[in-house]
Amino acid sequence: MGDLANTYEPAPDHVPSSHHSKRPGSHRLRASAGLVAVLCLLPLVYLLVRTLEIAPAIWPILTRPRTLSVGFNSIMLAATVTMGAVIIGTAMAWLTTRTDLPGRRFWAAVTLLPLVLPSYVGAFALIAALGPNGMLQSLLAPLGVERLPSMYGFPGACLALTLFTYPYVQLCVRASLRGLDPCAEEAARSLGLSAGRAFRKVMLPQLQPAIRAGALLAALYALSDFGAVSLLQFDSFTRAIHVQYTGALDRSAAAVLALMLVALTFIILALEHRTRGQAAYYRGSAGVPRAQRRSRLGPWRWPAAAFCGSIAFLALGIPLLVTGYWLAQGWVAGESLLPNGAIIVNSVTASGMAAVVAVMAALPVVILSVRHPSSRFGRAAEACAYIGHALPGIVVALALVFFSARYLPFFYQTILMLILAYVVLFLPMALGAVRASLLQISPRIEEAARTLGHTPRSALWHVTLPLLRPGLLTGMALVFLTCMKELPATLFLGPTGFHTLATRIWGATEEAFFARAAVPALLLVGVSALSLWIMWWHEEKDKRWSVTP
Amino acid sequence: MNIMTLKSLRIGIALLGLAIVFTLQACSRATDALVVYSGRTEDLIGPLLQEFSEETGIPVVVRYGQTAEMVATILEEGENTPADVIFAQDVGALGALSNHGRLHKLPVDVLAKVEPRFRSPQGQWIGVSGRARTIVYNTDRVNPDDLPATLDGFCEPEWKGRVGWAPANGSFQAHVTALRLLQGEESTRDWLECMRDNQTRVYAKNTPIVLAVIAGEIDAGLVNHYYLDRMQREQDGTLPAQNHIPTGGTLINAAGVGILDTSARVPHAEALARYLLSESAQTYFAEETLEYPLLQAMPLLGKRTPLEQIPTPDVDLSGLEDLEGTLRLLQDTGVL
Repeated sequence: MGDLANTYEPAPDHVPSSHHSKRPGSHRLRASAGLVAVLCLLPLVYLLVRTLEIAPAIWPILTRPRTLSVGFNSIMLAATVTMGAVIIGTAMAWLTTRTDLPGRRFWAAVTLLPLVLPSYVGAFALIAALGPNGMLQSLLAPLGVERLPSMYGFPGACLALTLFTYPYVQLCVRASLRGLDPCAEEAARSLGLSAGRAFRKVMLPQLQPAIRAGALLAALYALSDFGAVSLLQFDSFTRAIHVQYTGALDRSAAAVLALMLVALTFIILALEHRTRGQAAYYRGSAGVPRAQRRSRLGPWRWPAAAFCGSIAFLALGIPLLVTGYWLAQGWVAGESLLPNGAIIVNSVTASGMAAVVAVMAALPVVILSVRHPSSRFGRAAEACAYIGHALPGIVVALALVFFSARYLPFFYQTILMLILAYVVLFLPMALGAVRASLLQISPRIEEAARTLGHTPRSALWHVTLPLLRPGLLTGMALVFLTCMKELPATLFLGPTGFHTLATRIWGATEEAFFARAAVPALLLVGVSALSLWIMWWHEEKDKRWSVTP
Repeated sequence: MNIMTLKSLRIGIALLGLAIVFTLQACSRATDALVVYSGRTEDLIGPLLQEFSEETGIPVVVRYGQTAEMVATILEEGENTPADVIFAQDVGALGALSNHGRLHKLPVDVLAKVEPRFRSPQGQWIGVSGRARTIVYNTDRVNPDDLPATLDGFCEPEWKGRVGWAPANGSFQAHVTALRLLQGEESTRDWLECMRDNQTRVYAKNTPIVLAVIAGEIDAGLVNHYYLDRMQREQDGTLPAQNHIPTGGTLINAAGVGILDTSARVPHAEALARYLLSESAQTYFAEETLEYPLLQAMPLLGKRTPLEQIPTPDVDLSGLEDLEGTLRLLQDTGVL
């Protein structure tokens, strides 16, 4: 049994590929990471340009009582949503990968799908179902319930965002669990720890990087979301930013507020970084990881299934029921409901390409930050990568409009520009997933490849990348699913006349043509489910992650 | 598994190459098409623009989005904007572009097609369809006789917590601007404050208000007239809600078009503006999007309150100073 040192062995900060002994990482690695960082910095540069235009007016905007109150609201929302998402997502990942939960493969897929619902569609559906006079109330009406307590404001926004963000944690933790060597857990059990204590004391610390990656994504999502908070009447930072754009048509005041959001993100990242530590998460000694064992839930099997079922019902069932209802209404009224094939192709190709590019862009940044944790450059590049995700989509989209229309008119409003925008927006998803996965791979394996005559590049392609596969796939899945529902960048930067499922849903709901929104919404869920299924079908074929019953 | 990862990465690179080819192809294609930036959705005006294209032989490509975001896009694009025409949901946005000097003057024959209150004083934009600010109410819960004659009536204690509005919405803000100009700053401030104190519910925009009224979550709401009309059409008129136009304190807001100063296709753009004010296009607005035709001397279609009976203050609703004043008032009173 190998000594899987999950706490005490400091991660080594040396890799044979380094030409300069003082500067970690090869030139090529640093150059690629630098390029990615520069791209991700564009929104920040744009915000500074717009802010400096109104330099004297900055301070009054910052100190307005309203700015402070929405700032406080956003922080509370992000904190609560992150906590909820971590608890639900971690539990769900463990239940669906490492236990004998009945129907776990079904739950694994179904509980991830809420990720593809645009948050405003989810919020519309939650209000229709759980609002004071929603569907639930009409079911309870025979019992004399005339009105349910209002879900608007903080509780509703928390509920909705938790339901739409826990899949981020779940996907990240799932990849980590699959790459986990079971020997430490087995050692703990053989030394007399109960299953629960072994999970807490041995597994949980090893899952930390994945949980942290998912938690960051959830927190940033909650900070930058506009659709759900506005429909659920919660006064958050993004709402204040949107009021400046749409009400006052004031790009500079909006930029000041958006910069505050960036500052908040850097604070969150710094907090996260301080708690990272120097632990190693890979196997310390030679040997092949043993097949993982499933924990037996015993009498808890059915309550656990009920837990998965109720979360899936709230997050996916309700939106599907409500869309189905819209569909039926439209059917009755004789609306034309035929889907358009080209729209599906557009959605899948743009999102698919963005997923691949995002993962490729994440690699140099992750390798630099994991293999050379002391590199300031790597840390800065990683922080830059998170900027896009913390900002409302409209800000990132306008920033890219500004740069590409003025300086790269040739690429403006082409599919390449759109993919670039997706990458800037969603790079952190690929980053988090790949990072958690790379932490599980011992640098010794790469070193062994080098001593056997591989060049650094060859070692990367033939040794590291294949081992990174769960992380790469998870990263691609996260980016793909999120791009499928992306709206502002698609509207601003896609080729003129380029429609996706998300733009169709938005166009229809915007003008209250709900029946017409139903078909693309159902297609969005269907196509995404199919993509997840294809991905996992490949993953299941892989023997390394096979789990013994 | 080694091969799998490499394969998927290679597929990705191949796809990327394909995208580059597509892009270059799209760029090399000579684009004669008129580019319209539309703040109105394809469901509303797609068929109309297509008909224009078929009738005149002028190819049109449309980018759909939200009006304010379209304006922001054009301002960020600067002189490189590909847009020839902006089709905006409300005239405030057109006024903003006009203030930045980004609109081209429209021909006199086009401007003469609508009443002065629906066109830019400088002739830089023109309204093509109108929407009335109305009160939507739940017919199961409210007797139409109990509805207040003016908006002030919603300040009464009997309406406490029963009314919804959408302060972040452009139409609502235009409405408040009109109130300020009609009734004065102080009276509007009083109204906003007493509405706020009367626990008027804040919604994100018009649609959720109408849905909340239908569900009985609130009993009445301040909205544009056509959302309910469209929902009723989708549901065969079975929804328990109706629109009511109060006698005072309301207005007709316009959706309109402007031609960008950088456009290289001004004649085609003017042809589009002319077409949108033709009788067939105006009939489309009346029957399909359920709005008010603005072409003078158009017969009224359907059963709605005639335009003349909806008093609108004789002011330029696109004035940016007015818009800023409204936002300041909304923020001062804590409504927004």
